[in-house]
Amino acid sequence: MPEQARTAGTRTVGETFGSWLERHAQTLVASLGRLARQPFGTLLTIGVIGVALALPACLHLFVTNARALSGGWESTLDFTVYLDTDVPETAARQLAARIGARPDVEAARLVTAEEGLREFREWSGLGAALDALGENPLPAAIVVRPRVGAAGGVLEQRAGDAVFGPAAGASGAAGAAPGTATGPSPGDAYAAVTALAAELREIRGVAEVQLDTDWIRRLEAVLAALNRAVTIAAVVLAIAVLMIVGNTIRLDIDGRRAEIEVTKLVGGTDAFVRRPFLYGGFWYGLGGGLLAWLVVLLIGAALDGPVARIAQAYGSAFRLDGLGAESAAWLVLGGALLGWLGARLSATRHLRAVEPGTESG
Amino acid sequence: MIRFDRVAKRYPSGREALADVSFEVGAGEMVFLTGHSGAGKSTVLKLIGLVERATRGQVLVGGQNLAGIARAGVPHYRRQIGMVFQDHKLLHDRPVWDNVALPLVIAGVPRREVDKRVRAALDQVGLLGRERGFPIELSTGEQQRVGIARAVVGKPPILIADEPTGNLDPDLALEVMKLFRRFNEVGVTVVIASHDVHLVERFGVRRVALAGGRVVDGDGPGAPAQAPGPSSAPSPASPPAAKPSASPGDARA
Repeated sequence: MPEQARTAGTRTVGETFGSWLERHAQTLVASLGRLARQPFGTLLTIGVIGVALALPACLHLFVTNARALSGGWESTLDFTVYLDTDVPETAARQLAARIGARPDVEAARLVTAEEGLREFREWSGLGAALDALGENPLPAAIVVRPRVGAAGGVLEQRAGDAVFGPAAGASGAAGAAPGTATGPSPGDAYAAVTALAAELREIRGVAEVQLDTDWIRRLEAVLAALNRAVTIAAVVLAIAVLMIVGNTIRLDIDGRRAEIEVTKLVGGTDAFVRRPFLYGGFWYGLGGGLLAWLVVLLIGAALDGPVARIAQAYGSAFRLDGLGAESAAWLVLGGALLGWLGARLSATRHLRAVEPGTESG
Repeated sequence: MIRFDRVAKRYPSGREALADVSFEVGAGEMVFLTGHSGAGKSTVLKLIGLVERATRGQVLVGGQNLAGIARAGVPHYRRQIGMVFQDHKLLHDRPVWDNVALPLVIAGVPRREVDKRVRAALDQVGLLGRERGFPIELSTGEQQRVGIARAVVGKPPILIADEPTGNLDPDLALEVMKLFRRFNEVGVTVVIASHDVHLVERFGVRRVALAGGRVVDGDGPGAPAQAPGPSSAPSPASPPAAKPSASPGDARA
């Protein structure tokens, strides 16, 4: 060793950065290679993470689809004013026009007794029974869409898919295109609509105002609770992923004690020693995220056919929504991030304990 | 270069490995630490390598008081110290090249330079061409030379070795010692712990004898002796190597 000068100080910033990048790339690949050399253990860990991530993802899909199925607020705020059966059609049309002209009404559409019967026949499949009745049992009705500033949108606005809206049973598809504005809270909207309905009920010729909002409130509450459950499940299972990765990394550190000691003896910093474990955690998480995505895709594919048949049986075009590209990316990247974080928490804690010092001599 | 000043070391178990140790090693000097096992040789080396910290007294290396180095500073300090171990401490799951390159990779040396220096270090220990082999395929002596290559590849100003010949037969042991001698001749400060009296006597270098955690021969407390000249103890193959008189820490310039 003729010259003892250390060259570290003479390197340029660019070289240092290039070297840093190179080291990271090497560690990234090396940590992947290490996982590949223990395929069983690695797959087991990835499998557990995948299942843990797939569960909240599936719940999330369930809630999303339930919302889509329940429709938006617009169609639920619509209500039906049933007229006395003896109101002639021209009077009914005038009444509809009068209601439609109110400032607190967005639109009012007359559904004559004949139209109502036709829609009901199509919707219910009870054609033969209705024919047997001989005369039309349905009254004319006016479908009213209140103007409440707008419909508050806690629920997603998927009225196009809605088949089970409350108005549908009586009057057929009630909804026009859903509004896009957002405004007062659902509670305010309900109060306004309830007041409007009470007023309309007083009009002569009006037999009944069917304001059926209770069930949608209940559904909304159920969905909100489910949504909360999804969040809780996601948090709990994220913690589980942290613990799974953390424990795996802890065992990994135990198994590589000698290597860590040697690395520290020749000047490896904590960060350097920790790095391969962080990348290991990253790979675990990424693999788990990808697996979770695959699980969700498979479950979606398995349910798609049956759900479509159910929807068809109800005359709906509803189809299961899968994870969008964005949600899938969140799932996979979230998994990778959790893996990295779990490894970081574990490695930072456990690597400190691995020091070369042993008592002897 | 290395100065122990009334150093004591008590392990958490309560065992007192060093009671009161003072000695000095000049820059570019080569010193043997001798004594029976349990005399405190390993502890002295661990204190130099900051593997352990002194309970009392001061350890100065290159003019720096080691007590002043925080935990975060230890890795960078250790890069100045090449360490050789009796059990080599090689990583058996990776080839010789990777083992020797480890200190350079840690220090962030660019890849081209790493390869150049790894090959140079292996050349110096006579193992050029064995880069792709695994430690398990090498003999004990060869493994120890890989360990030495790893210790010197970063060109540290100080080389410490704990019983580097403990597992070697006499011929191999002599060869390894000559290797250390060669590094010393180019200016590296070398401290070797060895209980092999016969081997140590073949080299005309200063000895610091430890017994029961105290220096019993070689250096009195507070009175560091200079290394004896080669004339006072004829050595097998060493010309009087240029002993730099530069101040500690400056020897690598």
